[in-house]
Amino acid sequence: MKILSVENLSRAFGGIKANNNISFEVEEGSILGVIGPNGAGKSTLFDLITGYTKADTGKVKFFEKNIFGLSPDKISNLGIGRTFQKLKPFADQTLLENVMIGSFVKEGNIKKARDKALEIIDFVDLIEKRHHFARELSTGQRKRLEMARAMAIEPKLLLMDEVTGGVDQKTIPGLVELIKKLKKSGVTIITIEHNINIIMEISDNILALDQGERIAYGSPKEIQNNKQVVDSYLGTYDAA
Amino acid sequence: MSSKLLIAKSEPLWNTDKKIVSLVGGLVVLLFALPHFGLNSFYLHLMIMIFMHAVMAQSWNVIAGFSGQISLGHGAFFGIGAYATSFFYVEYGVSPWISIFFGMIFSGISAILIGIPMLRLSGHYFAIATLLIGISFQVVFQRWDLVGAASGLWVPMTSGDSWMALQFHTSKTPYYYVFLIFFLITFYLVWLLSRSKLGYRLRAVRDDPQAASSLCINVPNYKIIAYVISAMIMAPMGSLFAQYILIIDPDRVFNIEISIIVLLITVLGGIGTVWGPIIGAAILIPISEYSRIYLGGTGGAVDLILYGLILMLICIFRPDGLISFVPKNILERKKQR
Amino acid sequence: MTSEIILQAIVTGLMMGLIYALIAAGLSLIFGLMDIVNFAHGEHLMLSMFSSFWLWSLFGIDPIFSIPITILLMAICGILTHYFLIRYILKAKMLIQICATFGLSIFIRSIAQLLWTPDFRNIDKPLLEGRLEVGSVFIGQPQLFASLVCLVAFFGLYLFVTKTETGLALQATAQDRHAAEILGIPSNKMFAIGWAIGLGCVGVAGGMMANYFFIFTDVGINFALFAFVAVALGGFGSIIGCLYAGIIIGLVESLGGLLIDPSFKLLYVFAIYLLVVIYKPQGLFGRY
Repeated sequence: MKILSVENLSRAFGGIKANNNISFEVEEGSILGVIGPNGAGKSTLFDLITGYTKADTGKVKFFEKNIFGLSPDKISNLGIGRTFQKLKPFADQTLLENVMIGSFVKEGNIKKARDKALEIIDFVDLIEKRHHFARELSTGQRKRLEMARAMAIEPKLLLMDEVTGGVDQKTIPGLVELIKKLKKSGVTIITIEHNINIIMEISDNILALDQGERIAYGSPKEIQNNKQVVDSYLGTYDAA
Repeated sequence: MSSKLLIAKSEPLWNTDKKIVSLVGGLVVLLFALPHFGLNSFYLHLMIMIFMHAVMAQSWNVIAGFSGQISLGHGAFFGIGAYATSFFYVEYGVSPWISIFFGMIFSGISAILIGIPMLRLSGHYFAIATLLIGISFQVVFQRWDLVGAASGLWVPMTSGDSWMALQFHTSKTPYYYVFLIFFLITFYLVWLLSRSKLGYRLRAVRDDPQAASSLCINVPNYKIIAYVISAMIMAPMGSLFAQYILIIDPDRVFNIEISIIVLLITVLGGIGTVWGPIIGAAILIPISEYSRIYLGGTGGAVDLILYGLILMLICIFRPDGLISFVPKNILERKKQR
Repeated sequence: MTSEIILQAIVTGLMMGLIYALIAAGLSLIFGLMDIVNFAHGEHLMLSMFSSFWLWSLFGIDPIFSIPITILLMAICGILTHYFLIRYILKAKMLIQICATFGLSIFIRSIAQLLWTPDFRNIDKPLLEGRLEVGSVFIGQPQLFASLVCLVAFFGLYLFVTKTETGLALQATAQDRHAAEILGIPSNKMFAIGWAIGLGCVGVAGGMMANYFFIFTDVGINFALFAFVAVALGGFGSIIGCLYAGIIIGLVESLGGLLIDPSFKLLYVFAIYLLVVIYKPQGLFGRY
């Protein structure tokens, strides 16, 4: 079952076509990696799907239901969660409070919401920092905060925007494990990544964008060998 | 891993320190007993002003501190409350106890009507809009003949004390208790709000509206809810004030000074906290009342000079308010577990 | 309601609008530079009017000649404001920034009230007085000169910001202060200059208006509100937008007062504000 299908999605800002006729589909339970050079329109794509920016044309269907034009809160209510490239923690609140705001979506009782938030915080391995204010956390911890917070709403589809960006090397394997754990728990994931090793490792399919257009879609192996992708972005890639 | 989780889950939801609870309880008992210690009229007036301003500041705190929308015209809701009780009593003899609710309803409706177009505006735009609204209310009421235009409304005095008409002439003590009860109820309700799901969501809206909307929060709706709650807390204070002084006019109850002082009290005490408005009122109101006595006629202007100065100093040196001086032992202890 | 009366209102509104434009330009410049709305802008205007007044009342200097002094005093006031207040709140939350300049406005206004009382003053028989008759329209000389000077100052400001090196440095700081700093443009100095120029504009407007306006401690409030609306209408951060916006507001105020009711002028301008922020939140030329 296609959990998400995007058809001819376009959005222009002034004269610049940030997204130009982008189409693709995502299988339920899979991980779709989105790659492309800076300015390719990856984050814009996320903004269009989740309703933060209104697309000019196109169709977005979530489980066959048309979600084009809905506001972000309605879209998240339907089961699509996301993290942001420029991190947006609730800075003056603790990690626990941050995640609780997510868990309140499915759990009305405060104690139960808190316990559920704690479970997710444990899942992302940050339980010791639960009472720390979000602004006191390191970048890597904030990335995990955003993941935990988004996971707390129990999304069926999770859009992650560069979770490994700006994070030091030794934290990365942990994040990758986390993403794999998430997939195992049944969440479909679309992830924008610049780290090619990670993308190749975790993705079932990869969507490559350049200058607002889809230039390739396929399995990691197909993408590696796609000349256009290699030229515009990958350079030469040595398979592990 | 899961042992830490079990420990975390076993923690109490709130740090209801037994000591603090008994302290607060003792304070409440003290407040009830205070008039019996032979306080004279001035001290009763002082306490009444503290209670009233604490609630007014708390009202502003709900929209500004909890939800992050800076209103510079909050006095409008105070005036609506004042006019509601006075008008319905003067024209129709309705007991103020009932028209307090009218005042709350009118304020609530005004908040919705103002809020729907305005609350989608970002910080500065909204602040300016509320400034314009606050002044507009004053301008409109100054020319509205139905409610007495610039002369306002004079509430006819009852011959003696009257609970039905909410007027007391022999002593300020009944006023003291009425204000005290409203103060305690409001404080309790806001305290509940801060710990409720609604409170959490409002803080999310305040801290990052975009992130909040990715977590199923309809940001515009929640802002309006906060604005309505805030308006409905403010209005009764206007109503009670009208019953306290029995003469109201646009300059007295739609004055921009009202909007200024609720902002100052809250920022001074600690914006966004439940205790902030109370601390701010407890410190600022005595200063204001005393300066009025000792500086006589020019007291008015000196009041404001102090307000402006204190506001600037707080913004520079202690933006979290005076409450940030309270040691955060409890929170620190939590972090070490 | 003859066409002459309407024409008169249009001319009056136009002239007033040019003054609003300059006042708004000062506000917009400061906001564009550091994202801070100067809620004390009206009080700064009041100070400039009083500066003119006291220079005339105590030293007998006619407003036309004291304008340079007023402008200088206001520029210094701007630098002091930045140095003693704004500097500390640049990194604070918007709420705190709003409260800080709001506190400044209360402070300035009440000190003025204490020192000078709320009484209305005016300058008796300034050099610039009398009125011209152009066709059927009466144009007060002080008003005419005030608007022309403001217009000239406005274009002076525009040319300064777009053509001079300092002006371009200001623009750079406004767009991205960190990038500008890397290029060697000191933000703090730019901010101080911004405040000096912003309040200098106010000095021009206030100094000229002192010729014919009543001068009192609350005079700034209305002007401040109109300036906020003008900046929002023109677009926060756009100087040229202020010109169009100022003129629109001047005309609406004047015609609204004539055609509907003079006591509700504030409400008409408020109505414009509402329409703009709801339907075109970036204003006519705004960045946001």
